[in-house]
Amino acid sequence: MSVSEKIVQDFKANDISFVTTVPCKQLAGVIDAIEADESIYHIPSNKEDEGMGLCAGAFMGGKRPAIIMQNTAIGVTINTLVTLTQYYRMPLPMLISYRGELGEPVACQVEMAVHTKALLAQLNIPTYHFHKESDVEELDSILKYTFMCNKPVAVLTDASFWNGY
Amino acid sequence: MIRSEILKEIAPILRDQLVICNIGLPSQELHMIDDQPTNFYMLGTMGLASSIGLGVALAQDKKVISIDGDGSVLTNFGTLPTIANNVANNFILLIVDNGSYGSTGDQPTYSGKKTSLTAVAKACGCENVVECQAEDTPAVLQAAIDSDQMTIIVCKCESGNVKVPVITMDPVVIRDRFMKSIATQA
Repeated sequence: MSVSEKIVQDFKANDISFVTTVPCKQLAGVIDAIEADESIYHIPSNKEDEGMGLCAGAFMGGKRPAIIMQNTAIGVTINTLVTLTQYYRMPLPMLISYRGELGEPVACQVEMAVHTKALLAQLNIPTYHFHKESDVEELDSILKYTFMCNKPVAVLTDASFWNGY
Repeated sequence: MIRSEILKEIAPILRDQLVICNIGLPSQELHMIDDQPTNFYMLGTMGLASSIGLGVALAQDKKVISIDGDGSVLTNFGTLPTIANNVANNFILLIVDNGSYGSTGDQPTYSGKKTSLTAVAKACGCENVVECQAEDTPAVLQAAIDSDQMTIIVCKCESGNVKVPVITMDPVVIRDRFMKSIATQA
């Protein structure tokens, strides 16, 4: 099973049926796998804060949501994370491509990478960092934890995890 | 007519529906006029009323009405293509278009100038876009509810605000009673 298939399998095992995505080259495989799965409603969003609004609505409507996005989006979603997701106490698994780490070819991506963990820590968002492919084994527990505590939870996935950029 | 007068007129129609209400004065006015557990008041996060409403509509079958403003739609312009391409026939987006940022002191928006939100919504691919004058809003909203088709209503009205208290209800209480009313409402 590919790592993307494993992620989709864990989503489904945790009743996640509404997934919004903003693309990243590293996430192309998992986005394809989400799109291909008929039991998950895949709704691409134009900006990550819009996606978090969709997820908040889907959660209140009775579905378990998730967002797939790039770490560069942390900057544009801080207000939404704080005043919507956290303020109303809603769960939100965030599968995040961690651009700007080892193996990164685009220098500008490093500029956001150096702030990523500090920003998530400042926001009191539980954060996990997948660096080796075997780290995916923890995803199921992280998803259960997210829906247990009703918080946004970040899973940073770097280039080494995805076996390259 | 200004926004608060429109909200008063449509309150009897909204009463039995799930409503996502925009941040600031729109939520405060609706809360003062007719507070209902089926109302989800946004206390923060400008721009996302339409996105939250679409999410609720896609996740369950009951009708959902998002009450938005021209300024908020301009803030989250990407919402219109997403709505157009993810049709939920239980979703109505009511844009109260007064050509101004009402909650922050009635600064003019571009929708009061050259930009037509009706034309933008159509260009984004929304199929049922109705522009109306403030006085016609109750009839247009009721027709949209009865049509069982996703509808975008752009309600042109005057800018202006009434004095209204802030909402002090806890956000988790707002969210909890809204979710319970979804689960129990016939």
